[in-house]
Amino acid sequence: MMRWLVEGVPRRSLALLLVLLVALIAAPWLANDYLLTVLITILYFAYTGQAWNVMMGFAGQLSLGHALYVGLGAYATAALYVHFGIGPWLGLPVAIAVAVVCGAIIGFLAFRFGVAGVYFAILTIAFAEFARIGFDHFTWVGGSSGFFLPVANYTRNDLWNLRGSPAMFYYVMLVLTAAAFVLCHALLKSRVGFYWQAIREDEAAARSLGINTFRYKMYAVVISAGMTAVAGVFFAFYYNNLFPEQVFHISRSIELILGPIIGGIGTLFGPIIGAFLLTGLSEFMQELLHALGFDVPGAKQVFYGICLLVVVMVLPDGVWPWLSRKLGLARRQP
Amino acid sequence: MNAVLEVKGISKRFRGLVAVDNVSFGVAPGTIFAIIGSNGAGKTTLFNMIAGVLAPSRGSIAFAGERIEGRSPDAVCRRGIGRTFQLVRPFPTLTVEDNVVVGALLHRSDVNMARRRAHEVLWQLDLFGKRHQQASALTLPDRKRLEVARALATDPKLLLLDEVMAGLRPAETDRMVAILTKLNRETGLTILLIEHVMRAVMALAARVLVLHHGAAIAEGAPDAVVREPAVVQSYLGAEAVD
Repeated sequence: MMRWLVEGVPRRSLALLLVLLVALIAAPWLANDYLLTVLITILYFAYTGQAWNVMMGFAGQLSLGHALYVGLGAYATAALYVHFGIGPWLGLPVAIAVAVVCGAIIGFLAFRFGVAGVYFAILTIAFAEFARIGFDHFTWVGGSSGFFLPVANYTRNDLWNLRGSPAMFYYVMLVLTAAAFVLCHALLKSRVGFYWQAIREDEAAARSLGINTFRYKMYAVVISAGMTAVAGVFFAFYYNNLFPEQVFHISRSIELILGPIIGGIGTLFGPIIGAFLLTGLSEFMQELLHALGFDVPGAKQVFYGICLLVVVMVLPDGVWPWLSRKLGLARRQP
Repeated sequence: MNAVLEVKGISKRFRGLVAVDNVSFGVAPGTIFAIIGSNGAGKTTLFNMIAGVLAPSRGSIAFAGERIEGRSPDAVCRRGIGRTFQLVRPFPTLTVEDNVVVGALLHRSDVNMARRRAHEVLWQLDLFGKRHQQASALTLPDRKRLEVARALATDPKLLLLDEVMAGLRPAETDRMVAILTKLNRETGLTILLIEHVMRAVMALAARVLVLHHGAAIAEGAPDAVVREPAVVQSYLGAEAVD
């Protein structure tokens, strides 16, 4: 299995991955609390970006409503925890199942009735909006006044109930991000990965080669939705409060896809690089503005906009394809 | 004749326009069969009905004894019919090799085995040396051969070729003819081609069907068909006779 995973991957890529992994594992010892929360945010976006990338980057299906799956995962586990005392790890399969069913419904409606391209993207937005409005009136989970998980001062880390210090959350997110990376790499190397890319490039040609495009597009939606729901579980237990207006809002969906777009759609490193660049630089810039005595609301959004403009104009394929050429990793990198 | 592909009385009507009108023919296993006709004669419509892109308005299509009319393109391919597109449709950002691997994965779930099959096919189509290039970087003749390679990798019993010679220079046409002849002779692959380039049709086909305004006006051996007055008048033009 291990050998299968690294076969065909250039040595330099493996070395780069190892260095990155060691640096990330060591980070909590070197970083202060503020830096650690920034790193948690970065890993969170790297993970969700990777999950979104399965659908758009690999299979070419543009989702602009991925906040839906984050929210469903978050609400499902939070409700189980608050109402029934069921811990997050036991709630996790339920969260995944809820998101998968929801993704399957959207996918079925779209792919069965030939909703594609822009119209498909609009459909994904519509479902996220349904959820936002629906959860506003769903009083069992607090409705529009929010849903809160009990917070106390935890003296020790309780991994089973996901209660504890930022360092614990950091490592949970790091494991998830690494697992998502390995999973996506394995998917790309297998038949389903080739079929997704064929569908992304030319669906009619893919069908002419015997690919049941309906089935493989469904796989993409379902896997992406399930992966994203896992991030939702983390979100709920890390932030301890959920508001439909925030969780399901379209700006959450957009935020989540900027990383892979800037890093490189359809690449494995893209979502990670993109998350580091966007979150890292925007936090840095905010600190800088703060230190200089400016207080500019909305500076982050302006910064995201500028980043997007620069990347679209200078590196339309994203940062990673360019960077991998510079590092001499280009050819065998998917 | 025990035909591998048996088309019986198929018609396709687009509202008022009858694109294909009651056409019947059979393709014997291991042969090369050509469909010719002027622009708008209904060749591509006929082709698309066999490939599963369009459902016929009436009539039947049987492949290896099984009715396939109205099936989806992917279902038709899984039954053993590979096709190319007249306007080539490679997967542009994938390498030449990966394009062919996608085809080879149809009957092999293991990517390494599919890659081995892809290598065989790339050799047959003279593309092995270019296997690491991006498909979008290929020239038109190479892309045309890539179309054939990708379809061939699905291990079809019948290969449908939609104007694979169109846009090729005579030397390239001859190269393609040589490759197809070799494939047909060595692997016993049955080939159905739609073609404008008479030079290729004469060299390749054992039998030719001529379409005119959607109807079949002649069928037979190529040198006999091109002498038929109806064919000369409708398609080849009077100056072709002499």
